[in-house]
Amino acid sequence: MIVDVLFYVFGATLVAAALGVVTARNPVHCALFLVFAFLNSAVIWLLLEAEFLAVTLVVVYVGAVMVLWLFVVMMMDIDVARLRQGFTRYAPLGALVALVVAAQIGIVVWVKRLGLPEASAPVAKPAGYSNTAELGQLLYTKYLYPFEVAAVILLVAIVAAITLTMRRRAGQKVQDVARQVAVRARDRVRVVKMDAEGRQ
Amino acid sequence: MIPLSHVLLLSGILFSLAVAGIFINRKNVLLLLMCIELMLLAVNFNFIAFSHYLGDLSGQVFVFFILTVAAAESAIGLAILVVLFRERRSINVEDLDAMRG
Repeated sequence: MIVDVLFYVFGATLVAAALGVVTARNPVHCALFLVFAFLNSAVIWLLLEAEFLAVTLVVVYVGAVMVLWLFVVMMMDIDVARLRQGFTRYAPLGALVALVVAAQIGIVVWVKRLGLPEASAPVAKPAGYSNTAELGQLLYTKYLYPFEVAAVILLVAIVAAITLTMRRRAGQKVQDVARQVAVRARDRVRVVKMDAEGRQ
Repeated sequence: MIPLSHVLLLSGILFSLAVAGIFINRKNVLLLLMCIELMLLAVNFNFIAFSHYLGDLSGQVFVFFILTVAAAESAIGLAILVVLFRERRSINVEDLDAMRG
């Protein structure tokens, strides 16, 4: 019962937050609304017994990705007024498309029923059941290779992001490691043979 | 217990809001990326709902991979955006119509 109430409360807040993302004037507000939406969905995922993913969503998405977003948004000097041109003109079209998509999904879910056993409640988990342990078990056995591929994707993303944003300005003082390593003593120090000078 | 169709409907509403966001914010690259994030969130909802009601953890594993790819996507997307802004001083889609670097 309490689960139901929580689901509807957080679901309504989630929809409101998503509406805020779409309509907010300031991109910073959009990002903050998106954070709010992620937090609400984490709660709903908890209600759906996906504990590990709920925590991951908060830690990885709210904690890391959205902070990155906020950094980028705040670094840019965005001309909001120009970007908002045509907002009201396209709002009806956007609302229409949203309604059509929502209606289609509603028809599929409610009228067609997808042939799902709607009434059957999910099997209750035994005491001591750990979602994280089960997920880890699955991830490191059946999905080991996809897991490794995911790691490679993250690595590629890191390298791509760094190479894209690295900037070489003219006149910047940078070290050339290869030249530093290849240097020899005789390039740097010149030993001069000369007689000692007498006392003046 | 939460009916499965209500969860699916919630994710459907979320997805359609994101689609509407792409339509009405179509000049702002930043907001387009945010709407894609919202769409991915809606898709994850579906996976988690079905995983819960069918008692199969594979759906949650899939959500895990979607989160990974979405994080990579937003990192690269933001990097491209930063480079773009440095070059053009704008993130308006209309200013990005030339293929010239």
